[in-house]
Amino acid sequence: MKSNLRLVAASALILCNTLAHAGNLTIESWRVDDKTLWEDVLLPAFNKIHPDITVKFAPTSPPEYNSALNARLTAGTAGDLITCRPFDVSLDLFKKGQIDALNGAPGLKNFPESAQVAWQTDDGKSTYCMPMASVIHGFFYNKRVFAEMGLKVPETEAEFFGVLDKIKAAGKVAPLALGTADQWETNQIVFTSIGANHWKGEEGRKALIAGKKKFTDPEFVSTFDVMAKWAPYLPKGYQAQTYGDSQNLFGTGRAAIYPAGSWDISYFEQNSKVDFGAFKPPVQKAGDTCYISDHTDIAMGINSKSPNKADAKVFLDWLASKEFADLYTNKVTGFFSLSNHKIDVKNPVAKEMISWRNQCKSTIRLNAQIMSRGTPSMENELWNVGSQVINLKMSPKEAATQIQTGFAKWYAAAK
Amino acid sequence: MQSGFSWRVAVFLLPALCIYALFSAFPLLDTLRLGLYTANENGVRSFAGMDNYITILQDPQWSHAFWNAMANNLKFFGIHMVFQNPIGLLLAALLSLKNVRFSATYRTIFFLPTLLSVVIIGFIWQLILSPLWGVSERLLGLLGLGDWFEPWLGLESSALFTVSLMSVWQYIGIPMMLIYAALIAIPEDIVEAALVEGATPWRIFWFIRLPLILPTLGLVTILTFVANFNAFDLIYTVKGAMAGPNYSTDILGTLFYRTFFGYQSQVASPTMGAAVATIMFLVILCGVAGYFLAVQRRLQRFAL
Repeated sequence: MKSNLRLVAASALILCNTLAHAGNLTIESWRVDDKTLWEDVLLPAFNKIHPDITVKFAPTSPPEYNSALNARLTAGTAGDLITCRPFDVSLDLFKKGQIDALNGAPGLKNFPESAQVAWQTDDGKSTYCMPMASVIHGFFYNKRVFAEMGLKVPETEAEFFGVLDKIKAAGKVAPLALGTADQWETNQIVFTSIGANHWKGEEGRKALIAGKKKFTDPEFVSTFDVMAKWAPYLPKGYQAQTYGDSQNLFGTGRAAIYPAGSWDISYFEQNSKVDFGAFKPPVQKAGDTCYISDHTDIAMGINSKSPNKADAKVFLDWLASKEFADLYTNKVTGFFSLSNHKIDVKNPVAKEMISWRNQCKSTIRLNAQIMSRGTPSMENELWNVGSQVINLKMSPKEAATQIQTGFAKWYAAAK
Repeated sequence: MQSGFSWRVAVFLLPALCIYALFSAFPLLDTLRLGLYTANENGVRSFAGMDNYITILQDPQWSHAFWNAMANNLKFFGIHMVFQNPIGLLLAALLSLKNVRFSATYRTIFFLPTLLSVVIIGFIWQLILSPLWGVSERLLGLLGLGDWFEPWLGLESSALFTVSLMSVWQYIGIPMMLIYAALIAIPEDIVEAALVEGATPWRIFWFIRLPLILPTLGLVTILTFVANFNAFDLIYTVKGAMAGPNYSTDILGTLFYRTFFGYQSQVASPTMGAAVATIMFLVILCGVAGYFLAVQRRLQRFAL
């Protein structure tokens, strides 16, 4: 009888222990497109090492992500792991105490300082998200169309418009697959990507933050000028064309050039048969130094109200491992790991894009750091004026003035 | 008959009263309260009195956004009043005529879109009007009007009108049904007496039926008003929370969403959002109160 009792007690103890250890984690993310990759590749790889931690990937679509996450964090129903947007949006969560500081987390050693900046306080003292990956912006082109018409990949803006003219004259496919209905592409894929060559990447970006430059200076206005020049090459009725429409146009081979973010690689690999290559944003004149928008885009932090922080830390450490860096770069094609590990990029288009890092100078999206903090939000303003410039409803000068005025309203150095 | 306080009535009222207080009255009062607070960057709230309202109405950026949303909302309501309700009245009048064949089928067809989800409606119309894959350009081409086609949803001049018409198309069944029910409730003998007197159907409609259904038309107006000033879902589905192009489809609902929940890099501000919500509440309250004072009291009801 006694031994029986002991047995029961012992087994109860073991059961309790396993219960305490069998952690459940939920990941909040905006990467709806990668759900299957997480479930079929990344999480099983994690479970090979940590079979006792069950992880669920629960994404929300990108436009709703920030608002839905905010609501869930406030209500206390958010997941344990929070996928972090870069800079101010996540900084706001940290300041409100909704995500934890990761200072001293062993995984952080694997990331260069430049990769951590996007998820640090302004003074650089606290890091609150484990960096994951960056995205690179450029252009995709339909190889078959280029070969049939004997077109060369353009290096300069003049060549770029020359190519567009030839494609337009041939009249078979749309020269540029871009629409302004969803608005965000006009900033994140167009303005901050082609503009880096105009404002010399980091140099221009830092000068704006320091108040030494204004948006009304020529290098910023001329970027809007180029955007306005794109209008005649866009498909008919582009004002009502959504991002999905643009993807479909290029994916079905009905457009020659597609202004892209590297994350689009995995979309086209999965959903289309188009044979495409990539070229970097054209420079203003031959021989100029080139700049690319190489944007620290995605990281992960811990919900400060999570009941299971121990397991969440284990997961973040795995995110910093070489194994994850390799899987993420090669399976979730178009996201480039930010860690110091040497990773072989296998996809040819992704390989092409990452090779630009050695030829050009990298910069992040112009307005990502500090500038989108105030009211009016510069990110949203840029969407609006960018699409109006391409719709030819607003002159480049007016666009630049509106952004500068909004910036000066709350930012002392910009006054 | 007992007079005075009745326990029985109180007991039967209690469940509904509790649910209403908990899920409707209390949140409303809490929203009114929250609009008087402000939060610093660490999310700590402090009492700010009327500051949020002063900001919304006086700060150039805020007030521009607010009045733009307000004007768009009024246009949205106006388009419903000009198209939805008269067409609903016309359909109801036609359906309630005698000897209309298949009237039940028509009634069902007109009412069907109301039952569909707004997301589906938005998606279908976006596809129909799409300049890339839509059928509208080809249909216009068949009529020889191909040059008339424009990307209506993408132009500042026509986006709001187009979205409003989508909403009209979806909800036309509701005024139609309400008015239809009122029309068939009119006793036959009144209409027959008029016929015997030699009145034309036209006169019967204008001088007998219409005065009898005026209270219903008033009800339809007020329902449309409340629904339109609370509208959000269709705009959000079709144009996103930025309500483009250049905020031309921005109405109070989308402005509230961006303020309260944040959007992209615009950080959420529950306190400011609550102030916007309170203003929406006041607009609806004043509209409804004005209607009751000015119109409802003068409506004559006829004992039929």
